[in-house]
This record gives sequence, structure tokens and C-alpha cells, in this order.
Amino acid sequence: MSTEPLLELSSLTVDFATEDGGSRTLLAGLDLTLAPGEALGLVGESGSGKSMTVRAITRLLPPAATARGAIRFEGRDVASMDAAALRAYRDGGVGLIFQDPRAHINPTKRIGAFLTEALRHNRGLGRGEALARAEAVLAEVGIDDPARRLRQYPQEVSGGMLQRVMIASVLLAEPRLILADEPTTALDVTIQREVVAILDRLRRERGMGMVFITHDLDLALAVCGQVAVMYAGRIVELRSAESLHERAAHPYTRGLLGSRPAIDARAPRLTAIPGRPVSAFEAGPGCAFAPRCAFATRACESEPPQLVPFEGGLVRCARVEEIHAERTDKRTSKEATA
Amino acid sequence: MGRLLVRRLGGLATTLLLSSLVIFGSLYLAPGSPENVLFGNRMPTAAARAAARHRLHLDQPLPVRYWDWLTGVLHGDLGTSMVTGQPVADRIGAGLSTTVLLVAMTMVLVVVVGLAMGLAAALLPGRVDAAVSTLTSVSVTVPPFVASTLLISVFAVRMGWFPASGLGEGLGGRIDGLVLPACAMAVLSCGFLGRVTRNAVREQLEREHVQTALVRGLPRLVVLRTHVLRNALAPIVTAVGLLTAGTFASTLVVESAFAVPGIGQLTIQSVAQKDFPVVQAVALLLVGAFVVCNAASDLVQAVVDPRLRETGSTS
Repeated sequence: MSTEPLLELSSLTVDFATEDGGSRTLLAGLDLTLAPGEALGLVGESGSGKSMTVRAITRLLPPAATARGAIRFEGRDVASMDAAALRAYRDGGVGLIFQDPRAHINPTKRIGAFLTEALRHNRGLGRGEALARAEAVLAEVGIDDPARRLRQYPQEVSGGMLQRVMIASVLLAEPRLILADEPTTALDVTIQREVVAILDRLRRERGMGMVFITHDLDLALAVCGQVAVMYAGRIVELRSAESLHERAAHPYTRGLLGSRPAIDARAPRLTAIPGRPVSAFEAGPGCAFAPRCAFATRACESEPPQLVPFEGGLVRCARVEEIHAERTDKRTSKEATA
Repeated sequence: MGRLLVRRLGGLATTLLLSSLVIFGSLYLAPGSPENVLFGNRMPTAAARAAARHRLHLDQPLPVRYWDWLTGVLHGDLGTSMVTGQPVADRIGAGLSTTVLLVAMTMVLVVVVGLAMGLAAALLPGRVDAAVSTLTSVSVTVPPFVASTLLISVFAVRMGWFPASGLGEGLGGRIDGLVLPACAMAVLSCGFLGRVTRNAVREQLEREHVQTALVRGLPRLVVLRTHVLRNALAPIVTAVGLLTAGTFASTLVVESAFAVPGIGQLTIQSVAQKDFPVVQAVALLLVGAFVVCNAASDLVQAVVDPRLRETGSTS
């Protein structure tokens, strides 16, 4: 088996040209590797650069944005693809599930037309065959009476169903890599889990790779093997989903973990991270998280930290060793008093 | 869809009825009277004037005259001209085909040129867009009566390419004579449609669903045709409907300027002569054209955009 990665990002940087002629950095040097069939979660607050990452991968950046660094899909450089290669890459290479299916599906066309247009235009399938395939995939994503749905318009179905239609449209193209950009944020909480479970199962069955973007850390941990936590256009921590709960080392990751309500215990008050999230261009010369970090020293604000290996993962924190030592101290002292 | 059609037809009938009342009433209230046109410079005796007024039913109260006219129209009788004594239907019939041909020529020009300009501006940002935008913002400030005088002095008087007034023999001659009037009306409308098209296409290009289509690897031309243009059609159709209706109204001015014997010229003449039955008929014709254009554009919209159709179930 070849060990070539499915997707490889090296120092991916996205700058946004502002109207006054300046430029703002939204993504500041992203390095990521994804093996075929694996799922990676990209977690972070708004403005952390998650969506810019998928847009750069699919070459769907707005005209004002420019990407630097390299994006390689199955070893091929995405930036240098010509129009035909780009179309081939988008048809069967990557599939993108958008956050808001209501806006991302043409409201004037029937669901059947939406699901089949790529098959018919790109693969040359006849209408009947394309519709039959669409019907089968709709049934797979758990939609009842798929034949009737194909004849309906997007505004005639619920948001949850429309997101399943979106997922079905991506599965129909059988891409090697699925990019899911907050696929469940626009949905009810009860439907969220269901949709994510369907996506996860079908992805595993078909052996597709996935980059799952979310601000919901738990959701990412549930479906991804690896999780990259992003802050201000940089990865601050990268580790396997199993070890994240136990070994989260970056103060930001730990803040995210602490700010979730526990299912099994009554928490009177959730710990919040003070301050507001910043984008890459707002960050100072040092660690972008320093102004909100309880462990920050003066050195943190001037010296940019590097991504370094720590306890089986990668962490971008200059004081990670000290903080960790403090934490183990506290834990042992707590255990001693108990 | 069927219900929509029936409702629009009902609306059409109501609009025509109400506007006939308004037109009838305003002619009645305006100073002057048709028999003055008949007598011309002669000073008739009181008895002769009374006899003429009786013959034309002008001595009857307004509601009675309106009722007589309305029942006549509903029986297919538009009445006779008070001034020439000809049946109104004949006078209108003579000009109607000319006016319809003129409006059709204008709208073909408007749709072809306006759409082309709008698409060019929307799809080629930068210099082309800037040039077209300048052109359209100038052309929307040129009303038909200004364009008429300009076109007559340049293309009819100086160059002599087209007749300055009147129409030639046969269809060719008629088209030849209608080119300049059609251009005069098209200048403003082309600019307007160009701007509407540019904005509608630009707006659709920025829509999220267009990104979905692009990211699925569909060819750019397919995305343009099946998503961008298809969805931009709704405002364009509305604009074409309004412009067609407006062009019917513009014929009043332009036909007079170019001495084209159409409905527009007939309207102006008949109003001056207070020829009630003719004014009534041509005015209603124009109102009808207006309403039909709007209804047609609404129906096309419903075909283009399923959200405007009334569908029952939403499960």
C-alpha cells in the first residue's frame, strides 16, 4: 500500500486584500497531512481560519484572497491545476458539504436536478440512470420516499432533510476526500447527531477521507481520528481524538474542554475563556492566545511559539512543559487532600 | 398555475373597467366639446348647436352616456367617431398593426442590445464593465422625444438613410420607416435593461449555490447557463414587461414626432378633438396593453421561479 498522503498542506497562508489597499492574514502557515480514508477535525471559534482552509483546498477563495504555500492532493499541486484538471479534481477528488444547504442549493431547481446535474454533465450519465442513482443514495442517507423528494423543490423540505440531500450530492460523486464545513451548525441539535452519524457511517463504508470543520469539539472527537485545534489562523494543538480528553496540553484546548457542560454531572457554572477570539491579523507578535491565557508571561506576548511534539501530539505553547508540571502537581496535591 | 391565470384575468377586467371610468370622467371634466371641432370657425345658432349635441348624445347626463358606451362595447360596438363619423373600430384597426410592429421592433432591439450590454458588463469586470456602465448611464437619461429629434437630424436629414416622417409602401417600406422611431424609443430602454441585467447577473454570480455548482466541477458555461442566467431571469423578465408597456405609452410621442400613422398619433389627435369614443377606445387599448404586459411577465416569472407558484403541501 502506498503511503502517499491524500491531502498535504504545507505552510498554507491566506491573505485578504482590504479595500484600503492593505492586507490581512487569515491563515498563517498551516501544515497538515491526511492519509486516505482518515478523518481529521478542524476545531476553532469563528475567525480562526477553518473555513478559509477548505476554501483554499477547493480553490474557492473569494477574489480578494490569495493563498500561499502548497496544497497537494494525492501528490499533485492544486494551485497549478489548469481548468480541466481543476474540474476533474472537484469532480471525484474532493466533495464539499456546506454549512447552509438552504443557500447552497439553487432554489429554482428540483432536488432531482440538483442531485443529478454533476453526474449528467461530468460523467455523461442519462437522466434516468442518474435519477436512479440519486434515489438510491437518498435512501442511504435516511430519506423516506426518495422518489417523491426528487420531484420536490428545496423550499418544500426541512433544513435537516436538505442537509442530507447535500450530503447525498457529495456521496454521489464518490470523492476520495470529503470537506465538511460545519455541516450541522444550521440544524437542530437533535438532527445534528443523526446527520453526523449518517455522514460518518457512509464515509467509513466507502473509505473516503474527511476534513471535518466544526466549532463543536465533542462532535469532532466523535467522528475524527485526529483533531487539530485552531486559533487565529494557526494550529495550536494537534493530537488523536482518544488522547485529547486526557492529554490536552494547550491552555486554549483545555479552555474549550472546560467550557462544555458535562453530561453526567451538574455543573453550576461553566468555565469560560475570558476575552474574545481574535483573527490572525489582530494577533500581536507573540502567541495569539496570550492576551486570554491565564498562564501567559511577558515572553509569550513577544516571542511566537512553535508547534512542538508533546505527549504524542503537537502543541504550540512556549510554556507547555511548565504548565503541565504545575497541573500534575495540583492533581497530586488534590489527591493527597482527598 | 391555473388559479394564478384566472386571478390575473379577473384583475385585467377590473382594471380595464375602472380605467374606462376614469378616462370617460376626465374627458367629460376637461374644457371644450367635440361639436366645436365639427363647427370649426363657424358660429352655429343655438338650435343647430343643440341639434348637434343631441345627435352626439352630448345632452345626456354622464352616467347615461357611460352606460350606453359600456353596453355598446360589451356587444362589440366601439361606436363611431364624433368628428369623422367613421366607425371607431376602423380608425383603430388602420393604426394598430403599425403600432404593434413598432413596439415589437423596439423590444427586439431592447432585448438584444440591452441583454448583450448587461451580460458583457456582468461577466467582464474591469474595463468592459466600466465602458458599458458609462454608456448605459448616459442612455438612460435620453428620453424618446430627445432621441427622436437627434435621430431625425442625424440619420434622416444629414445622412438621409431613413425617412424623417411617414411610412413607405409594403412591409419593407413600413419597417424602413419604423427603424428610427424604434431606435428613438430603444435608447433609454436599452440602458435600463442593460443595468438591470448586469445587476441581476452580478447578484447571482455571488450566490452561494453558484459556488456549490462550481465546486462540483461543472463547466463554467454550464454554471452560467443553468444557475446564473436561469436565476437572473426573474428581474430581467419583469423589466422587459414594464419596458414593453412603457413603449406602448411612448408611441404617443414618437409616432407624432415621426408622423407614423399608428395608435399613438391617433390618440393625440382624438384628445385634441375631444372625440370621446375614439379616445376611450385607444386609451383602453393602451391600458390593456399595459396590464397584459405586466400579467405576462408575472406568469413568466412563475414559470421561472417555482417559489412564486402557490404550492399546497410543504412536507
